[in-house]
Amino acid sequence: MKEASAIEELYREEIMDHYQHPRNFGRLKNADVCYHDYNPVCGDEVTMQLKAEKGTAKEAVFTGKGCAISQAAASMLTEYAAGKKLRQLLQMKAGEMLQLLKISPGPVRIKCALLAMRAMQKGIIQYEAGAAK
Amino acid sequence: MLNAKKIREDFPILKRKVYGKPLVYLDNAATTQKPMQVIEAISRYYREYNSNVHRAVHKLSQEATEAYESAHEKVSNFIGAKGIQEVAFTKNATESLNLVANSLSRQLSKGDEIILTQMEHHSNMVPWQQAAKRTGARLKYIEIDGNGELKMQQLQSLINKKTKIVAFTHVSNVLGTINPAKEIISAAKDAGAITVMDGAQSVPHMPVNAQKLGCDFLAFSSHKMLGPMGIGVLYGKDELLEKMEPLLYGGDMVSEVSFEDAKWNELPWRLEAGTPDVAGAVGLAAAIDYLLKIGLENIHDHEKLLTKLAIEKLQQIAGLAIYGPEAERAGLASFSINGVHPHDVSALLDAEGIAVRGGHHCAMPLARLLGTFGSTRASFYIYNTAQEMEKLAAAVEKLAARMGKLRK
Repeated sequence: MKEASAIEELYREEIMDHYQHPRNFGRLKNADVCYHDYNPVCGDEVTMQLKAEKGTAKEAVFTGKGCAISQAAASMLTEYAAGKKLRQLLQMKAGEMLQLLKISPGPVRIKCALLAMRAMQKGIIQYEAGAAK
Repeated sequence: MLNAKKIREDFPILKRKVYGKPLVYLDNAATTQKPMQVIEAISRYYREYNSNVHRAVHKLSQEATEAYESAHEKVSNFIGAKGIQEVAFTKNATESLNLVANSLSRQLSKGDEIILTQMEHHSNMVPWQQAAKRTGARLKYIEIDGNGELKMQQLQSLINKKTKIVAFTHVSNVLGTINPAKEIISAAKDAGAITVMDGAQSVPHMPVNAQKLGCDFLAFSSHKMLGPMGIGVLYGKDELLEKMEPLLYGGDMVSEVSFEDAKWNELPWRLEAGTPDVAGAVGLAAAIDYLLKIGLENIHDHEKLLTKLAIEKLQQIAGLAIYGPEAERAGLASFSINGVHPHDVSALLDAEGIAVRGGHHCAMPLARLLGTFGSTRASFYIYNTAQEMEKLAAAVEKLAARMGKLRK
């Protein structure tokens, strides 16, 4: 019974709210960080964009389509990322993302939960490599 | 008509609960559950006569060899082969198809053509893609129409003198379409092409007679027909298997070996190098006995009834679309609900104890063609009941209402 409620937990109200009413959904005109990622297991897609200023994410937006977990995660991540240092976002661990979502998905669905964070981090690495040139 | 309630008593796993709810197992197209008769046969083999086959002359080895060979015999009768020389055991249908593709590709050259269908599982698509890449042969696809059926009128224009191979699935694992195998095979034969049929979704569910259909090769897996995982079958016409180059070399597949060279053993053993999965073969034989006792016609009828019932109930749910043909179809229902991701559907059904599969079902090009993330698939077998169809529909309706307020 406990495990069934763990599944229910994945679809708790806050997640459903972010899924049905995504925050910061859209594209930036002059994004510094832009990364599109794809989860081949589910077909979830997400594009994360950041506007960076002096090593800080001033704005964070996303577009995407996929399962409730992947899309809610992206929406919640944009709220979290705005105002944070890029360094700090880059060092974000899986556990922190799950804490943000307040869920503990199994080994399959964790890919959905982490898709947006991984995309954002790949985008930051790309951006920093470009800026260093 | 079969008695599903009575059949269920033979399947220990169906007594278990998930999350405190009775298990409703509707993922049979992925793998089926096993009856006591199969579990017992495997256990008895290891308890009573485990030993290597075709080697020693001791009593145990004789018994194991006899059981292993009689499993070939059983499969041969089951699919209407001429004899065990036409039945090679592999690991699964995927390995069978790879073996054929690999071997036939040796006869392909640039400009030759291979015809597939748009509804192939990756296992009957990727090996041919690779064969085409190696040889310069060209892949051509029979398209599917809006109903989920093959556009058979295209076949005549696709097939020509350059066509060397026509590989197709008998039943679609996503759409449930039963393809007109006889028609495809006879068109291929007229052009002198070799036919390869993927029977993974048909052999377990309906009578399939290889000789009557006339296909050159037929592949299927034991685990989708009540048997254990780890063993599959490649049927091939003996004159074609005779010319086939083995994929693996080693023990049991040879008749005479010198330091320089080797002569191959007779069929089917030359295609089964190394110590085989004897317990798997014994389990498969027990599964075939079980299926024959029920009767393949009865199984097909039972699944037709369940599918009709499931579709009738599901169709009443607003925003739900069912894929595949309306009339003649196999025992599964793939559906999508207004933009709800199939993984959300299957996770919420799982919480109700209902096991289904969500996603692209190892047919990504087809999923893309349908323009979805994939679908949610409920697939049925002998132990499923009308009551389970009602549970499925009720649970889908509940989750559709919950996920209903969707963003555009």
